[in-house]
Amino acid sequence: MIDELLITILLTSVPLVFAATGELVAEKAGVLNLGVEGMMLMGAVAAFGITAQFGNPYIGVVAGGISGGLTAMVFAFFVLGMATNQVATGLALTIFGTGLSGLLGAPLVGQAIDGLPELSIPLLSNLPVMGVVFSLDVMAYLSVIIVILVSWFLNQTKSGLVLRAVGINHDSAHALGYEVLKVRFYAVVFGGVMAGLGGAYLPLVLTPHWAEGMTAGRGWIALALVVFAAWRPYRVIIGAILFGAVTIFQLLGQAKGWAIPIQFMSMMPYLVTIFVLVIMSGSSRIAIGAPKELGRSFTSGR
Amino acid sequence: MKQTNEQGILLEARQVSKYFGDFVANDKIDFAIRPGEILALLGENGAGKSTFVKMIYGLLAPDEGAFYWQSKPLTLSSPQQAREMGIGMVFQHFSLFEMLTVAENIELALQGVHDREKLAELIVEKSTAYGIPLNPDSLTADLSVSQRQRVEILRCLLQDPKLLIMDEPTSVLTPQEANQLFDVIEQLADSGCAVLFISHKLDEVKRLTKRAVILRAGQKVADVDSKKQSAGELAALMVGDEVAHIKRQSAPKQSLPRLSISALSRPAEGPFNVSLKQIELTVNQGEILGIAGIAGNGQTELMDALTGEWIDKSATASILLHKDRQADIELIRQGPIERRRAGVGFVPEERNGHAASGELSLSENTLLTTHHIEQASQYDLVNDNFCRDYAGQITQKFDVRLPSKNPQASQLSGGNLQKFVVGREILKSPDLLVVSQPTWGVDIGAAIFIRKAMLKLAEEGGAVIMISQDLEEIFSISHRIAVINNGQLSKTYDAATITAQKVGLLMGGAG
Amino acid sequence: MITLTPRRHVAWQLTLLIPVIAVLITILAGGVIFAVLGYEPLETLFEFFIKPLSQPYQFGNLMVKACPLIIIGTGLVFCYRANIWNIGAEGQLIFGALGAGLLALSFPDVTSKWFLVPMAIAAMLAGGLWAFVPAVLKVRFNTNEILVSLMLTYVAGFFLDWLVRGPWRDPMSFGFPLTPSYGDGALISGLVLPGIGRLGQLHWAVPLSFVVAFIGWFVMRHTLTGFQVRVIGNAPQAGKFAGFKPDRVTYGVLIASGGLAGLAGMIEVSANIGQLQPNVSFGYGFTAIIVVFLARLNPVAVIVAGLVVALAELGGDAAQISLGVPKVVTGVFKGILLFMLLSGETLTHYHIRFGRAQTASRKHQEG
Repeated sequence: MIDELLITILLTSVPLVFAATGELVAEKAGVLNLGVEGMMLMGAVAAFGITAQFGNPYIGVVAGGISGGLTAMVFAFFVLGMATNQVATGLALTIFGTGLSGLLGAPLVGQAIDGLPELSIPLLSNLPVMGVVFSLDVMAYLSVIIVILVSWFLNQTKSGLVLRAVGINHDSAHALGYEVLKVRFYAVVFGGVMAGLGGAYLPLVLTPHWAEGMTAGRGWIALALVVFAAWRPYRVIIGAILFGAVTIFQLLGQAKGWAIPIQFMSMMPYLVTIFVLVIMSGSSRIAIGAPKELGRSFTSGR
Repeated sequence: MKQTNEQGILLEARQVSKYFGDFVANDKIDFAIRPGEILALLGENGAGKSTFVKMIYGLLAPDEGAFYWQSKPLTLSSPQQAREMGIGMVFQHFSLFEMLTVAENIELALQGVHDREKLAELIVEKSTAYGIPLNPDSLTADLSVSQRQRVEILRCLLQDPKLLIMDEPTSVLTPQEANQLFDVIEQLADSGCAVLFISHKLDEVKRLTKRAVILRAGQKVADVDSKKQSAGELAALMVGDEVAHIKRQSAPKQSLPRLSISALSRPAEGPFNVSLKQIELTVNQGEILGIAGIAGNGQTELMDALTGEWIDKSATASILLHKDRQADIELIRQGPIERRRAGVGFVPEERNGHAASGELSLSENTLLTTHHIEQASQYDLVNDNFCRDYAGQITQKFDVRLPSKNPQASQLSGGNLQKFVVGREILKSPDLLVVSQPTWGVDIGAAIFIRKAMLKLAEEGGAVIMISQDLEEIFSISHRIAVINNGQLSKTYDAATITAQKVGLLMGGAG
Repeated sequence: MITLTPRRHVAWQLTLLIPVIAVLITILAGGVIFAVLGYEPLETLFEFFIKPLSQPYQFGNLMVKACPLIIIGTGLVFCYRANIWNIGAEGQLIFGALGAGLLALSFPDVTSKWFLVPMAIAAMLAGGLWAFVPAVLKVRFNTNEILVSLMLTYVAGFFLDWLVRGPWRDPMSFGFPLTPSYGDGALISGLVLPGIGRLGQLHWAVPLSFVVAFIGWFVMRHTLTGFQVRVIGNAPQAGKFAGFKPDRVTYGVLIASGGLAGLAGMIEVSANIGQLQPNVSFGYGFTAIIVVFLARLNPVAVIVAGLVVALAELGGDAAQISLGVPKVVTGVFKGILLFMLLSGETLTHYHIRFGRAQTASRKHQEG
């Protein structure tokens, strides 16, 4: 019973880990991309469609990532190239991505695919309770590896340092000779690929069919998750598991008729995020994670 | 052979000129600096110091003449190239990445990839050796301004510069910190690095340097021994003879006070702000009180305190307005609206975005400083006709040239917009007009018009406080003159009798 | 490499032309997308934009769809002009519906239509309260209103869901998540036009929405309050110079837009649904954002923009029924339209050139 619960929580948290980590990188570079939901759906529809077409879920994974990345490029063109308002453009991207994915997916409704197989790690997967962590699928493991890589990249490499600098003070970074827009472009596209992978996970592992808007707001949760994690990659994993747990308890509570209204549990992640936001904005020490340039367009010296 | 090279000239400028459109920023400047020399570049606002130094650092290119580095021609197209040649620069308003550590800030300024452990060691080693010890893991946000400046300096020093340019480095430091900096600079010079030191502070120049090059209105006017010249002589060179010959205003017969300011103080709000220290000032009816000073010595802070955009909450400060037929009004706790109601008009230094909003029409812009008047706005409704009428009056009486009937403020040229914002206040017949940089960036015709208008206001009994960085302007229309330096206001002197040299000394902090 | 150089001032012709061009490009792009996906482009566009207006009664439905967009849009115009990015109109709408619903469900036997007045007030108070949260957090803690208002949208949605499934559920609804139907006094009836009769689902709140938009225009253009909003949004330093208080404006615009969104929520439920259910907003809070950009933040233009966007919504419904085009395609249109409008916004403030970046010496011309 605990095993099943744990597995469900972990599976639910994987798309969040992908999407939130990608958005974290984009935000660290100073770009707020509210279009995560749209990019995830584009990843989901591409992954489903390609897998249905070719019968190979691994190609589906790649397709999901590419689809997310391409969608992010649309965002990058407007926000970086044309210096449009990041908030509004992100919303437009969500609306556009939701719509386009629905359109592309319309002929796919009703079909089913063979998703990613379970990939157990020998020996470790036999451990009691913790064994489930090692009985997941390739994408789940990939998500953890990516988090490790992203953390290393941001904190241990020069390029990662440059990316962080761009998000903190784009004018100073520019004065030092760094190409702000180029760095942001890569960050945004990475965010898109990750969102695409996160979206792809849904049909490939969780529910092997396509439905309009099947991300059901996960993109928005991913945005909240980045703030909740104080823009630190490892905390994204913790937060994703917590948020995933809440979703599961919500369903569990519904089935078991628990006393605490499930809706209040569902509210918790959002309320906690607001709380975290307040603490962060107030004190400058804790606000260390929040990139100062978040949401601001770079227009000088172009 | 190597010996003579080292004693040879490091950087030379021959007949270097730089134009911005019609404006001559630098006019045929000859200049030379040797290794190990500490040279001061002295001059008042707009003299051309910044422009000249930007050319050395690769941010600008000369239009005429040329630079020579170690006797070879020097053409730079970027600061990066300048750094590679061995030229470093510490800006006056430097900006570090607050949320990063000292080591990370330095790593960003260096090319290529570096081993972080080795870099940290290097930072500790070099910073201690230069007398500016730094902890590589400190968060920049936690450092004081003087410590941050050290990070800036170390950034330059790690690239082993042969020439270090410093732009007004002590403007953000306390006297003790400044002394520490001087030790560092002397040590640098001893090790063979040349230091080009931009400053307007005469005592520093005399203490630290042996040679000073003085710029005025884009030209090099002197290259002197700063130890031998007195502060007064340096000041005179800085300020020039021309202003000495400007016809001055004589103090008006009437001397009833209009405004008395006492004990006005303001703490510095950010690292690049100046604190105001116990400002005392009296301005009389019928006179223009000119406040001179080098930019960055507290003028903006003073203006904010006068308009009420910043309010001094201390118990002892006072800004007392003396009215003709009623009791004095204490303005110290009042905001801009109440101050205007009391009869004061304000023209801040920035016409775009502060005195006026570019996207609003002229008639709407009048509302910014008239909305407290009943005819302009009552019960939250705006009287559009009144605003248009008023804008029309301003336009007519102040010769504001318009591209259309009621244009957006951004469509006016600088001079016309300035005439408008000045006229907007003067037409209210204020008891007191407070204006900052009244003719900055304005064509000569508009400048003359505005100055005449202020004189007329004074003739009719109004009082004017004019904060200006243009000495010519100060001398030509002020009845009395005071100087602001490092947030402190000097005594007020009669314009007719004060010498240009004295003003220069006060501006340089040596009066 | 795209270079942007600031414009000195904007020709009004450009300001007017941009929304028109944006709409045209969107329609064109739509046509292309239809063609690529195998639908006949011209026929589909006709179904989308022309057919929904071919019958008089459909004008009524158009205005009904535009009604909440216009009301919410008016409020958002004030927010965005003041540079306050309220993204939570959807949640404020829901809360307003809840506020009105509280009254309606507490007094189910009232038949007088005057009951709608206290309901509207309750809705505006509730919506305003929901927007007060991001306002106070912004003023006191400098918290980003975008993220807070967005998070609160979800909280409002869950709150509604709980009420509708729990304490407010109709015991006779066979387990469906629905509240009891509103009494007569809580319903907005259809509008009967003299000589024409009923025009589709046209109801009383539609003319109200036009009134709201006009009041919004009047306040923005002719009052000191509207002036303050514009100045603080455009030139905050000029606002301080004038003695205006930015914090007051922050509270004011957020509460006002929250109140209007709440009003729209009450209207939607009382006019079109008749009871509370888990979904009462249908994304109007987000769609209104697009309307506001299409109207270039002008309160009167919000009416026209609202009608245009409502047309796209109606068209989506129609095209789904007659041609089998999935309803989500409206999302594609709305997204492209917003992209075009936002680019147009950049165009009004900057000259756009495609080419190489400038060299160092030219960059520092200002000296």
